[in-house]
Amino acid sequence: MLHNQTLRATLLSLVLLVLALGAWELSISAPLTASGELSEYEQLMGASASRAGVPPPSVILAHAMDELSRPFYDAGPNDKGIGLQLGYSVARVMAGYLLAAMLAIPLGFVIGMSPLLNRALDPYIQILKPISPLAWMPLALFVIKDSSLSAIFVIFICSIWPMLINTAFGVASVKRDWLNVARTLEMSRLRTAFTVILPAAAPTILTGMRIAIGISWLVIVAAEMLVGGTGIGYYVWNEWNNLDLASVVFAIIMIGLVGMVLDAVLAQASRLVRYQD
Amino acid sequence: MNRQFLQIESLAKRFPQPGAGEDVTVFDQVSFRMEQGEFICIIGHSGCGKSTILNVLAGLDAASSGSVIMDGREVAGPSLDRGVIFQNHSLLPWLSAFGNVAMAVRARWPKWPRARVREHSQRYLEMVGLKGAENKKPSQLSGGMCQRVGIARAFAIEPKLLLMDEPFGALDALTRGLIQEALLDIWSRTHQTVFMITHDVDEAILLSDRILLMTNGPDARIAESVRVDIDRPRDRAVLHQHPAYYPIRNHLVDFLVNRSRELQGADAPASAPEEAASPRDVNPAPRWRETGPGGSRAVASPA
Ligand SMILES: Nc1ncnc2c1ncn2[C@@H]1O[C@H](COP(=O)(O)OP(=O)(O)OP(=O)(O)O)[C@@H](O)[C@H]1O
Ligand SMILES: [Mg+2]
Repeated sequence: MLHNQTLRATLLSLVLLVLALGAWELSISAPLTASGELSEYEQLMGASASRAGVPPPSVILAHAMDELSRPFYDAGPNDKGIGLQLGYSVARVMAGYLLAAMLAIPLGFVIGMSPLLNRALDPYIQILKPISPLAWMPLALFVIKDSSLSAIFVIFICSIWPMLINTAFGVASVKRDWLNVARTLEMSRLRTAFTVILPAAAPTILTGMRIAIGISWLVIVAAEMLVGGTGIGYYVWNEWNNLDLASVVFAIIMIGLVGMVLDAVLAQASRLVRYQD
Repeated sequence: MNRQFLQIESLAKRFPQPGAGEDVTVFDQVSFRMEQGEFICIIGHSGCGKSTILNVLAGLDAASSGSVIMDGREVAGPSLDRGVIFQNHSLLPWLSAFGNVAMAVRARWPKWPRARVREHSQRYLEMVGLKGAENKKPSQLSGGMCQRVGIARAFAIEPKLLLMDEPFGALDALTRGLIQEALLDIWSRTHQTVFMITHDVDEAILLSDRILLMTNGPDARIAESVRVDIDRPRDRAVLHQHPAYYPIRNHLVDFLVNRSRELQGADAPASAPEEAASPRDVNPAPRWRETGPGGSRAVASPA
């Protein structure tokens, strides 16, 4: 029964994909063949008129095959393989994200264990949390004076809040009974933190880490559009400037796929620390 | 004379009342003593402060006034000398049954090698009949099995005093009986001192040397200390045939139904002037011995 449903869901997914791609293909190729004269604007854009439109799936697929056959080529600043560009972005996300985790998880632990600190820091967290990470960019560029490091800083600042808040919440809501068990066993604070609080709060902490990686991947594309140079965000912007929409659409799909993989990795990790109460 | 192992002197607990200015007194003038190796149950209506007393004895909570002295030293915080079996077992759900016991054993004897910790934990799990279930997580165990892991965990650290908060409250009658027997079995071998909260009159008679009766809260007192004069080992199946059984049981039920309310807030009547604060000692069946042990069958039905 369940197996049957999986099969049917997969089939339905495929049917929807084929329908969507078919509609897309048809809607684009039809007007192009019917159109007679080119407008002045289109003439201005030259022979690229047909390329400047949104390309049909068949063109994108061909383009994707070509790009994926040489993902890591490097022919100068404006011509790098998709794998290389994604690599730059993932590396920046990882750097900012790991730095944030290294700060947010211990700090969240302390905040969660101390009701005093929790209340003292809460107003700052509430004010800083809703700030769009990109709003920090000018300040970061001015202070850090390096575009790549500024992008990492933006990732750092956007991924720190979910991790900090979730860690503090997870630590603060560890069951009193479990803490009492540790107390009656005369465990030291450090030992209690590692043997009771950390495993108890781990699922909540990982939920925060999963939210943070999702936000980081959303933000890196925008950040790289701003700072330029390398990365998938810059690649998208650069191809838009080249009016190479096939590359843009291809990059969009790749961004989605990488984001999905990042999320799946953390979903797997949270499965490892999950417990049933 | 036997030196008192545990002395509880004029314990009181007050909680600040939200809104109202005056604090609410949960219990006051709670004093009693326990001898080494004694098994004491405490009975009283819900909310009278039994768990609060137990938490104070454990050192998890501080009393508003009064003192708890164990082995000549004041109780100021939790200690490995006092094992607690919590009402809701409080196992760590990410650890297996073995892991939960082993964690306590490691905390008690940090220098023990791994093999010794394993052997010791295993022995106590077997003692509560959990051989074969060591590697299961609490969520994969039944409620009664979890409770037994909690018991194994508390016994494994070999505390001088065991504190149990309604340890069998959530269990069905059959499981409850099995665990009670396991508990008596371990206790008769180790002769630890046990303080246990229960709502079950029969359980109290089966297990304890003395039963403390608490009046209703707020402002509760320990009104009486009822001696259970029944030889051990006690057999659950024929306990109700013992001539002391019904007198004790009737006394307890009468207390719970009528007098726990009437005595609320009243100062406990003193059994001797020099121990003004101690609860009155009561023995509802002092004369059964006069008929001799053989009389137990003759007086089976109290008519
Ligand atoms: N933190 C607290 N603040 C205020 N009042 C409290 C607090 N903890 C307990 N109380 C009150 O103290 C009283 C005694 O509580 P306690 O848990 O000791 O009762 P109990 O005798 O164990 O009851 P039960 O048999 O239902 O477990 C209750 O009336 C409760 O409302
Ligand atoms: Mg209670």
